[in-house]
Amino acid sequence: MPNSRVEADRIKNRMKLEFSNRSENESFARAAVSAFAASLDPTVEELTEIKTAVSEAVSNAIIHGYGEGEKGIITVECLVDQERRVIIIVSDTGVGIDDIIQAREPLYTSKPDEERSGMGFTVMESFMDRLEVESELGAGTKVTMIKNLDSAYEF
Amino acid sequence: MQIDFKMTDEILIASPEGEMDHHTSSVVREEIDQTVEAFHSKHLIFNFEKVSFMDSSGIGVIMGRYNKITQLGGKLAITGCNAYIERILDMAGIYTIADRASSIFEAIDRIKDENLETEVKDNAEQQS
Repeated sequence: MPNSRVEADRIKNRMKLEFSNRSENESFARAAVSAFAASLDPTVEELTEIKTAVSEAVSNAIIHGYGEGEKGIITVECLVDQERRVIIIVSDTGVGIDDIIQAREPLYTSKPDEERSGMGFTVMESFMDRLEVESELGAGTKVTMIKNLDSAYEF
Repeated sequence: MQIDFKMTDEILIASPEGEMDHHTSSVVREEIDQTVEAFHSKHLIFNFEKVSFMDSSGIGVIMGRYNKITQLGGKLAITGCNAYIERILDMAGIYTIADRASSIFEAIDRIKDENLETEVKDNAEQQS
Protein backbone atom coordinates (compact mmCIF):
# COMPACT_ATOMS: atom_id res chain seq x y z
CA MET A 1 0.00 0.00 0.00
CA PRO A 2 2.56 2.58 -1.04
CA ASN A 3 0.04 5.38 -1.56
CA SER A 4 -1.14 5.50 2.00
CA ARG A 5 2.29 5.43 3.61
CA VAL A 6 2.47 8.51 5.68
CA GLU A 7 5.68 10.38 6.04
CA ALA A 8 6.57 10.52 9.71
CA ASP A 9 7.60 14.16 9.67
CA ARG A 10 4.18 15.24 8.42
CA ILE A 11 2.36 13.63 11.34
CA LYS A 12 1.01 16.24 13.72
CA ASN A 13 -0.49 14.05 16.38
CA ARG A 14 -1.02 10.37 17.07
CA MET A 15 -2.55 7.95 19.54
CA LYS A 16 -2.81 4.22 20.00
CA LEU A 17 -5.37 2.12 21.85
CA GLU A 18 -5.31 -1.53 22.79
CA PHE A 19 -8.31 -3.39 24.09
CA SER A 20 -9.83 -6.86 24.43
CA ASN A 21 -11.97 -8.31 21.65
CA ARG A 22 -15.20 -7.68 23.54
CA SER A 23 -18.17 -6.08 21.81
CA GLU A 24 -18.77 -3.50 24.58
CA ASN A 25 -15.47 -1.92 23.50
CA GLU A 26 -16.95 -0.88 20.14
CA SER A 27 -18.54 2.25 21.58
CA PHE A 28 -15.36 3.03 23.52
CA ALA A 29 -13.21 2.75 20.39
CA ARG A 30 -15.36 5.03 18.23
CA ALA A 31 -15.81 7.58 21.04
CA ALA A 32 -12.04 7.69 21.63
CA VAL A 33 -11.18 8.17 17.95
CA SER A 34 -13.91 10.77 17.60
CA ALA A 35 -12.63 12.71 20.63
CA PHE A 36 -9.09 12.54 19.27
CA ALA A 37 -10.07 13.70 15.76
CA ALA A 38 -12.23 16.50 17.20
CA SER A 39 -9.08 18.59 17.71
CA LEU A 40 -9.02 19.13 13.91
CA ASP A 41 -12.43 20.77 14.15
CA PRO A 42 -14.19 18.48 11.64
CA THR A 43 -17.84 18.96 10.68
CA VAL A 44 -20.46 16.97 12.58
CA GLU A 45 -20.99 14.92 9.43
CA GLU A 46 -17.29 14.10 9.05
CA LEU A 47 -17.09 13.06 12.69
CA THR A 48 -20.13 10.79 12.35
CA GLU A 49 -18.59 9.20 9.25
CA ILE A 50 -15.32 8.55 11.09
CA LYS A 51 -17.19 7.08 14.08
CA THR A 52 -19.18 4.76 11.85
CA ALA A 53 -16.13 3.57 9.92
CA VAL A 54 -14.27 2.84 13.19
CA SER A 55 -17.30 1.00 14.52
CA GLU A 56 -17.40 -1.19 11.40
CA ALA A 57 -13.69 -2.01 11.47
CA VAL A 58 -13.66 -2.79 15.19
CA SER A 59 -16.86 -4.88 14.94
CA ASN A 60 -15.27 -6.87 12.11
CA ALA A 61 -12.19 -7.53 14.24
CA ILE A 62 -14.37 -8.63 17.17
CA ILE A 63 -16.76 -10.81 15.14
CA HIS A 64 -14.32 -12.32 12.64
CA GLY A 65 -10.82 -11.62 13.94
CA TYR A 66 -10.52 -14.35 16.49
CA GLY A 67 -11.88 -17.87 16.82
CA GLU A 68 -14.97 -18.72 18.85
CA GLY A 69 -14.32 -17.88 22.51
CA GLU A 70 -10.70 -16.96 21.79
CA LYS A 71 -9.38 -13.93 23.66
CA GLY A 72 -7.47 -11.40 21.62
CA ILE A 73 -6.28 -7.83 21.45
CA ILE A 74 -7.48 -5.22 18.99
CA THR A 75 -5.34 -2.19 18.27
CA VAL A 76 -6.65 1.13 17.03
CA GLU A 77 -4.14 3.71 15.93
CA CYS A 78 -5.09 7.19 14.86
CA LEU A 79 -2.82 9.76 13.24
CA VAL A 80 -3.51 13.22 11.94
CA ASP A 81 -1.16 15.03 9.58
CA GLN A 82 -0.58 18.60 8.47
CA GLU A 83 -2.91 18.19 5.46
CA ARG A 84 -5.89 17.54 7.76
CA ARG A 85 -5.85 13.86 6.94
CA VAL A 86 -7.09 11.43 9.56
CA ILE A 87 -5.45 8.02 9.30
CA ILE A 88 -7.00 5.17 11.26
CA ILE A 89 -5.44 1.73 11.52
CA VAL A 90 -7.44 -1.09 13.09
CA SER A 91 -5.57 -4.36 13.51
CA ASP A 92 -5.86 -7.75 15.14
CA THR A 93 -3.54 -10.72 15.39
CA GLY A 94 -6.23 -13.28 14.71
CA VAL A 95 -7.20 -15.76 12.01
CA GLY A 96 -6.88 -13.48 8.98
CA ILE A 97 -9.10 -13.16 5.90
CA ASP A 98 -8.96 -15.89 3.28
CA ASP A 99 -10.28 -13.88 0.34
CA ILE A 100 -10.13 -10.11 0.81
CA ILE A 101 -11.79 -9.27 -2.52
CA GLN A 102 -14.79 -11.43 -1.62
CA ALA A 103 -14.91 -10.03 1.93
CA ARG A 104 -15.13 -6.49 0.56
CA GLU A 105 -18.08 -7.27 -1.71
CA PRO A 106 -21.33 -5.56 -0.62
CA LEU A 107 -23.71 -7.92 1.20
CA TYR A 108 -21.11 -10.71 1.41
CA THR A 109 -20.95 -12.29 4.85
CA SER A 110 -18.98 -15.30 6.02
CA LYS A 111 -21.64 -15.85 8.70
CA PRO A 112 -24.97 -15.86 6.81
CA ASP A 113 -26.83 -17.57 9.67
CA GLU A 114 -26.07 -14.75 12.12
CA GLU A 115 -28.09 -11.90 10.59
CA ARG A 116 -25.02 -9.99 9.46
CA SER A 117 -25.66 -7.38 6.81
CA GLY A 118 -22.37 -7.87 4.98
CA MET A 119 -22.14 -4.10 4.57
CA GLY A 120 -19.19 -3.36 6.87
CA PHE A 121 -16.48 -2.77 4.26
CA THR A 122 -18.97 -1.00 1.98
CA VAL A 123 -19.82 1.47 4.76
CA MET A 124 -16.12 2.05 5.50
CA GLU A 125 -15.42 2.60 1.80
CA SER A 126 -18.18 5.13 1.31
CA PHE A 127 -17.58 7.08 4.54
CA MET A 128 -13.79 7.30 4.21
CA ASP A 129 -11.66 8.47 1.29
CA ARG A 130 -9.39 5.47 1.24
CA LEU A 131 -9.58 1.91 2.54
CA GLU A 132 -6.85 -0.70 2.49
CA VAL A 133 -7.08 -4.20 3.86
CA GLU A 134 -4.06 -6.38 4.49
CA SER A 135 -4.39 -9.84 5.91
CA GLU A 136 -2.43 -12.98 6.42
CA LEU A 137 -4.00 -16.27 7.42
CA GLY A 138 -3.07 -17.11 10.98
CA ALA A 139 -1.30 -13.79 11.51
CA GLY A 140 -4.08 -11.21 11.54
CA THR A 141 -5.73 -8.38 9.67
CA LYS A 142 -4.90 -4.71 9.32
CA VAL A 143 -7.40 -2.18 8.03
CA THR A 144 -6.12 1.29 7.12
CA MET A 145 -8.60 4.08 6.50
CA ILE A 146 -7.89 7.65 5.50
CA LYS A 147 -10.23 10.61 5.59
CA ASN A 148 -9.37 14.00 4.15
CA LEU A 149 -11.12 16.59 6.26
CA ASP A 150 -12.65 19.55 4.52
CA SER A 151 -10.46 22.63 4.84
CA ALA A 152 -13.09 25.11 3.71
CA TYR A 153 -13.46 26.47 7.21
CA GLU A 154 -9.80 27.36 7.65
CA PHE A 155 -8.91 31.01 7.27
CA MET B 1 -30.04 0.01 25.02
CA GLN B 2 -33.62 0.83 25.91
CA ILE B 3 -36.56 0.08 23.61
CA ASP B 4 -40.00 1.56 23.97
CA PHE B 5 -42.82 -0.62 22.66
CA LYS B 6 -46.30 0.40 21.63
CA MET B 7 -48.97 -1.78 20.13
CA THR B 8 -51.92 -0.78 17.98
CA ASP B 9 -54.16 -3.35 16.32
CA GLU B 10 -51.70 -5.98 15.14
CA ILE B 11 -48.86 -3.51 14.67
CA LEU B 12 -45.90 -3.35 17.04
CA ILE B 13 -44.02 -0.05 17.15
CA ALA B 14 -40.45 -0.45 18.39
CA SER B 15 -38.55 2.72 19.33
CA PRO B 16 -34.97 1.98 20.37
CA GLU B 17 -33.07 4.70 22.17
CA GLY B 18 -29.30 5.28 22.09
CA GLU B 19 -26.44 3.93 19.99
CA MET B 20 -27.11 0.91 17.79
CA ASP B 21 -23.96 -1.08 17.06
CA HIS B 22 -23.00 -4.76 16.94
CA HIS B 23 -22.99 -4.90 20.75
CA THR B 24 -26.39 -3.30 21.41
CA SER B 25 -28.14 -4.71 18.34
CA SER B 26 -28.27 -8.18 19.89
CA VAL B 27 -30.44 -6.71 22.67
CA VAL B 28 -32.69 -4.96 20.14
CA ARG B 29 -33.05 -8.18 18.15
CA GLU B 30 -33.94 -10.30 21.18
CA GLU B 31 -36.35 -7.84 22.76
CA ILE B 32 -38.25 -7.23 19.53
CA ASP B 33 -38.53 -10.95 18.80
CA GLN B 34 -39.77 -11.67 22.32
CA THR B 35 -42.31 -8.84 22.20
CA VAL B 36 -43.57 -9.83 18.75
CA GLU B 37 -44.13 -13.33 20.07
CA ALA B 38 -45.68 -12.32 23.39
CA PHE B 39 -48.21 -9.93 21.81
CA HIS B 40 -48.74 -11.89 18.59
CA SER B 41 -48.01 -8.79 16.54
CA LYS B 42 -48.23 -9.27 12.80
CA HIS B 43 -46.59 -6.07 11.56
CA LEU B 44 -43.60 -4.09 12.76
CA ILE B 45 -42.67 -0.41 12.69
CA PHE B 46 -39.13 0.69 13.51
CA ASN B 47 -39.05 4.22 14.89
CA PHE B 48 -35.41 5.41 14.89
CA GLU B 49 -36.18 8.92 16.16
CA LYS B 50 -34.12 8.42 19.32
CA VAL B 51 -31.24 6.47 17.78
CA SER B 52 -28.15 8.66 17.97
CA PHE B 53 -25.77 6.29 16.19
CA MET B 54 -26.15 3.37 13.81
CA ASP B 55 -23.70 1.25 11.86
CA SER B 56 -24.31 -1.68 9.51
CA SER B 57 -25.40 -3.94 12.37
CA GLY B 58 -28.66 -1.95 12.32
CA ILE B 59 -29.14 -3.11 8.73
CA GLY B 60 -28.68 -6.71 9.90
CA VAL B 61 -31.35 -6.25 12.59
CA ILE B 62 -33.85 -4.80 10.10
CA MET B 63 -33.21 -7.54 7.51
CA GLY B 64 -33.56 -10.24 10.16
CA ARG B 65 -36.86 -8.83 11.48
CA TYR B 66 -38.11 -8.47 7.88
CA ASN B 67 -37.52 -12.18 7.28
CA LYS B 68 -39.44 -13.15 10.42
CA ILE B 69 -42.32 -10.71 10.01
CA THR B 70 -42.96 -11.49 6.33
CA GLN B 71 -42.95 -15.25 6.96
CA LEU B 72 -46.24 -14.71 8.79
CA GLY B 73 -47.60 -12.32 6.17
CA GLY B 74 -46.69 -9.15 8.04
CA LYS B 75 -45.40 -5.79 6.78
CA LEU B 76 -42.45 -3.69 7.87
CA ALA B 77 -42.19 0.11 7.96
CA ILE B 78 -39.42 2.47 9.10
CA THR B 79 -39.77 6.01 10.39
CA GLY B 80 -37.87 8.67 12.34
CA CYS B 81 -34.52 8.41 10.51
CA ASN B 82 -32.19 11.39 10.34
CA ALA B 83 -30.27 12.05 7.12
CA TYR B 84 -27.30 10.01 8.30
CA ILE B 85 -29.28 6.87 9.25
CA GLU B 86 -31.18 7.22 6.00
CA ARG B 87 -27.85 7.12 4.13
CA ILE B 88 -26.81 3.87 5.84
CA LEU B 89 -30.18 2.23 5.16
CA ASP B 90 -30.17 3.38 1.53
CA MET B 91 -26.71 1.92 1.05
CA ALA B 92 -28.10 -1.55 1.71
CA GLY B 93 -31.33 -0.95 -0.21
CA ILE B 94 -33.46 -1.40 2.92
CA TYR B 95 -36.35 0.51 1.36
CA THR B 96 -36.80 -2.18 -1.24
CA ILE B 97 -38.06 -4.41 1.58
CA ALA B 98 -39.52 -1.86 4.02
CA ASP B 99 -41.82 1.15 3.71
CA ARG B 100 -40.32 4.57 4.35
CA ALA B 101 -42.73 6.71 6.40
CA SER B 102 -42.42 10.30 7.58
CA SER B 103 -44.24 9.67 10.85
CA ILE B 104 -45.54 6.82 13.00
CA PHE B 105 -49.08 7.68 11.88
CA GLU B 106 -48.13 7.48 8.23
CA ALA B 107 -46.38 4.16 8.88
CA ILE B 108 -49.52 2.76 10.52
CA ASP B 109 -51.71 3.99 7.65
CA ARG B 110 -49.44 2.44 5.05
CA ILE B 111 -49.33 -0.92 6.76
CA LYS B 112 -53.11 -0.95 7.17
CA ASP B 113 -53.70 0.03 3.53
CA GLU B 114 -51.28 -2.57 2.19
CA ASN B 115 -52.63 -5.24 4.50
CA LEU B 116 -56.15 -4.51 3.31
CA GLU B 117 -55.04 -4.78 -0.31
CA THR B 118 -53.40 -8.14 0.36
CA GLU B 119 -56.47 -9.43 2.17
CA VAL B 120 -58.84 -8.31 -0.61
CA LYS B 121 -56.55 -9.99 -3.16
CA ASP B 122 -56.38 -13.19 -1.13
CA ASN B 123 -60.15 -13.30 -0.77
CA ALA B 124 -60.62 -12.73 -4.50
CA GLU B 125 -58.20 -15.57 -5.24
CA GLN B 126 -60.00 -17.90 -2.86
CA GLN B 127 -63.36 -17.16 -4.45
CA SER B 128 -62.25 -17.65 -8.03
